[in-house]
Amino acid sequence: MRPDLEIIQNWITPKSRVLDLGCGDGSLLNYLRLKKNVNGIGLEIDADNIESCIEKGVNVIEQNIDEGLTNFQSNSFDTVLLTQTLQASSKPDLLVDEMLRIGEYGVITFPNFGNWKSRLSLASNGRMPVSKFMPHNWYDTPNIHFCTVKDFDALCMEKNVTVLTRTVVDSQHQGNWAMKAWPNFLGEIAIYHITKNS
Amino acid sequence: MPLQFPSDNVGIVKPQTIHFDEDLPLRSGKSLNGFDLVFETYGELNSDRSNAILICHALSGDHHAAGYHSDADTKTGWWDNCIGPGKAIDTDQFFVVSLNNLGGCAGSTGPASIDPATGKYFGPDFPVVTVRDWVNSQAMLSDRLGITRWAAVVGGSLGGMQVMRWAISYPDRIGHAVCIATAPKLSAQNIAFNEVARQSITNDANFYGGRYLDAGTYPKRGLMLARMVGHITYLSDSAMGSKFGKSTTAYDPNGDKFGRDLRSGTLSFGFDLDFQVESYLHYQGERFSENFDANTYLLMTKALDYFDPAIDFGGDLSRAFEQASCKFLVMSFSTDWRFPPARSREIVDYLLKAKKEVSYLEIEAEQGHDSFLLPIPRYIGGFKAYLTRVFEELSKDAA
Repeated sequence: MRPDLEIIQNWITPKSRVLDLGCGDGSLLNYLRLKKNVNGIGLEIDADNIESCIEKGVNVIEQNIDEGLTNFQSNSFDTVLLTQTLQASSKPDLLVDEMLRIGEYGVITFPNFGNWKSRLSLASNGRMPVSKFMPHNWYDTPNIHFCTVKDFDALCMEKNVTVLTRTVVDSQHQGNWAMKAWPNFLGEIAIYHITKNS
Repeated sequence: MPLQFPSDNVGIVKPQTIHFDEDLPLRSGKSLNGFDLVFETYGELNSDRSNAILICHALSGDHHAAGYHSDADTKTGWWDNCIGPGKAIDTDQFFVVSLNNLGGCAGSTGPASIDPATGKYFGPDFPVVTVRDWVNSQAMLSDRLGITRWAAVVGGSLGGMQVMRWAISYPDRIGHAVCIATAPKLSAQNIAFNEVARQSITNDANFYGGRYLDAGTYPKRGLMLARMVGHITYLSDSAMGSKFGKSTTAYDPNGDKFGRDLRSGTLSFGFDLDFQVESYLHYQGERFSENFDANTYLLMTKALDYFDPAIDFGGDLSRAFEQASCKFLVMSFSTDWRFPPARSREIVDYLLKAKKEVSYLEIEAEQGHDSFLLPIPRYIGGFKAYLTRVFEELSKDAA
């Protein structure tokens, strides 16, 4: 069990409607289906991932998030998930708006570029960090919109989005007291539970 | 002549006919007083009768979807690429039923049948049947076969429309709806093409107001023309290009990049057939006209034109889909311009609005609308994965 899934599933109400943007091979939705009996739908564009979803019995729609989500009705889902996809989307700020238009809650996870390893790599090498965790070169990376925990906090503030929970973990999805104390410096993956400001 | 059938072929199949004495009230207000349905089955029905899949055919299809009719048969059923042992619709797992729809010309009661009331061909007097009427008759067939609930109802094009109607009209009788290369209703352009086809048939001198069989003839040229127009809409520009456009110029039949293949090496400077694509269309039209009934063609195009399940729900398809309780698989093909991916996405969007469970695949394929008949790996893979899952669910329910 991936610890991030464990964290996320705590926020999902049983039998609720869940939309997973960039659902990958459907692991998260399948887990939520088995554990929480959710009515889930995933969006994905990779053919192999789509077939994996279907094999698992996970509903999957071939749709590119970057081409918009206007086909989804407002308030038609309880929770909209966006795991490790924000940084690869063409308009992350509008995507957050769309998530909270479609769903009551949003769950967003992204790699924290403010992590000390990225900072150290950039500071010492003077080049865009390449690591096991962020394996791409600057020119071929799908991750075109890296941000830090502080950046995302600022975006939420600006958009008047309520952050219900903010957790950071390392690449093994483990957290500790130090990360709680210095999330933007020590956290490798940020996990946010957000909602519209009522 | 396949004396030895491939292991993934259902082999020799025998059509069966069931007669219905019951009246079938039709959407038009008319009714059909007794009728025959011809069908084929592949695979074995399990003991709790839960593994049945219904195949709905498209405009020119019929009950013969898979296998051969005899040792001497050189052609398989129309969907043999998808139906058979180990194929997407796996006959080792499912009991597959495929029928010829009412109004058809392959054995079910239709315009070319004898009207028992008059002793003459129905001809133009055969009532106009709709997708809804077909599905009602299919439900009657299901009753006779003792199938209270289909594990899945599956169809492409006009067949996909029947699948949607099943989901809306008989929500308790269908577990999964597989709608391929279809549309929630026809576009004006689709209807326009159908009208050209109808006009070409009805304006043939041998049409005789639809009573050509009584006159001992048939509107061959009209039917041929109708099929030629239709056939163009089934293929994509790129598929036609790769089939008939290998020459580098119109004058070079041996080139391999761009152009239009000539029948002979030269232009005729007359109005005869110059290009390969022309003779191909003639051949397709000719072959079709010898095997298909013109009145049936008219009926099928009308069934297409009239299909609009939203009509009972103030034009809101999502409300129509709210009736459904099955899960949906929708698939489209990138170069299909008869029912393009956008039309399938409409179906998906209305299903989402109705909060239904749906999966959607948009498959890159060069072959246009006809793709749904072809063994395109990604299509077959997704299709098979979905139905394998359906089968696993059945086994789980039984356990």
